[in-house]
Amino acid sequence: MKTIRIGNGQGFWGDNVDAPVRLLRGGEVDYIGMDYLAEVTLSIMMRQKLKDPNKGYATDFVDFIGQVLPELKERGVKVLSNAGGLNPHACREKIFELAREQGVENLKVGVVEGDDLTDRLTELVEAGHEMRNMDTDEPLAPLLEKVSSANAYIGAAPVVEALAQGADIVLCGRVTDTALALAPMIHEFGWSADDWDRLSAGTIAGHILECGPQCTGGNFTRWWEVPDLWNVGYPIVEAKEDGTFTVTKHEGTGGLVTVDTVSEQLLYEMGNPEEYLTPDVTADFSSIQLEQDGPDRVHVSGIRGSKNTPFLKVSASYLAGFKSSGTLTVTGPRAVDKARLCAEIVWKRLERAGVTFEPEHREEELVGVDACLPGVFPAPSDPPEVVLRLGVRDRDYDKVMRFGKELAPLVTAGPPGVTGFAGGRPKPQRVVAYWPALLAREEVEAHISVSVEEV
Amino acid sequence: MAKVRLSEIAHARSGDKGDGSNVGLIANSRELYEVIAREVTPERVKDHFRGFVHGEVDRYEVANLHALNFILHDSLGGGGTESLKTDAQGKTHGQGLLQMQIEVPEELLGEGDRG
Repeated sequence: MKTIRIGNGQGFWGDNVDAPVRLLRGGEVDYIGMDYLAEVTLSIMMRQKLKDPNKGYATDFVDFIGQVLPELKERGVKVLSNAGGLNPHACREKIFELAREQGVENLKVGVVEGDDLTDRLTELVEAGHEMRNMDTDEPLAPLLEKVSSANAYIGAAPVVEALAQGADIVLCGRVTDTALALAPMIHEFGWSADDWDRLSAGTIAGHILECGPQCTGGNFTRWWEVPDLWNVGYPIVEAKEDGTFTVTKHEGTGGLVTVDTVSEQLLYEMGNPEEYLTPDVTADFSSIQLEQDGPDRVHVSGIRGSKNTPFLKVSASYLAGFKSSGTLTVTGPRAVDKARLCAEIVWKRLERAGVTFEPEHREEELVGVDACLPGVFPAPSDPPEVVLRLGVRDRDYDKVMRFGKELAPLVTAGPPGVTGFAGGRPKPQRVVAYWPALLAREEVEAHISVSVEEV
Repeated sequence: MAKVRLSEIAHARSGDKGDGSNVGLIANSRELYEVIAREVTPERVKDHFRGFVHGEVDRYEVANLHALNFILHDSLGGGGTESLKTDAQGKTHGQGLLQMQIEVPEELLGEGDRG
């Protein structure tokens, strides 16, 4: 039976930059998927694009392509990515420049568009699409003016179309992470658009792959059993036409692929396991059968799925104010008491200056005591040192700025043994919030386009 | 019966889900799955995390993976980017759940499984 090897070389923007190169050179692979878009990334790209119309895509991706272009072309390895962000054409242009510099010919790069709804949002709302917040049920209309970006999550179909037109590299914006793995399977195996079980299998393969090394030993509970995490191999799925697949990694890499490491990744960011909704299919995680099939090989079978929904998820970003946080390191004796006194000084001085924050917009944590899991571990009675971390959030930039001026004075005005205040006053950062909503899929799909160009 | 920490009989992973987090808890065997399915109720999880879970706790059973999936609502101090917490994405919640102690029939515990 025909088998294709699909790897993931990047789980998020900021992931290890050597990983995709090592994935390509470490052994056989037919397709490489690269994920760069967290929700916050698109709003950052929007600001970059507003400043410079040639920006707004993931520059790390272009750096990777620049390192491996002749090799990709020679071996016929195809790369699929959401690195196009809000400006896939500019990204393609950059790749074409590299190809010309390096003398690489006949390189075909596909661009998928139609996910970006930013300019259509008002028109859609006026046409009666309320795009109510999936968590709060509020309608989007009153927020329209504040929205900085809005994208629909689109599925595998346009990526398959780009592959069908011969693309060596496919650049998308907000395509689902799972579609980057599913698309090559549909393309290679000719799965039909209502073959729900197989589409579900490809989607679940994509879910396993999408966070890179999180299925090959990274973030694994029994971390002490994982060899050579520093050299962890990024995941590869060997997919078969019948919808079964094997999760593995290149020989000679670190990490661990077992039923346990794969199970953990299957549950990552999971909601209802029987209804994992994507634009392509409703996948059923309760049907998955895992079996160890030799060292660092897990065989996956039995997957079922059902029809996709008539809606696509939309994520709109909007400016929701500003936040700031800073830390001070406090040593013992009585480190906890001293840190609490420092916090009290900050809050009281701010109050005296007329700067107050809602209780839920104020954070006071003792890192080393109970910052992450308060009440779960017994707090140490007298730790040798703690890090005091204070933070605030508000719509008013000036109030958040004022907060940032109150930490440094503690070095001289607070209790003794307070240090670690470096890097200047903490500056307010923009808080970008998200508006998750549903939109009738035909409103998006009618605007999706695929263009494949050759250099 | 022996009282053991979940870390002795299960493993876990967590991440963010809107303004809440999810924790996947996976038992080390089919028999131990039956035990955690009986013992690790949403009520007990909410009580275990009372220091920071302010909303409800939902539970899904994923028997084929010997797993339970918990959704901890309102556990991040606002959504991912709005939160002021160090752990704004619930990355540590899985490690936290493994600290819970439950009663396990002794015959299901192998060498070194006592918590």
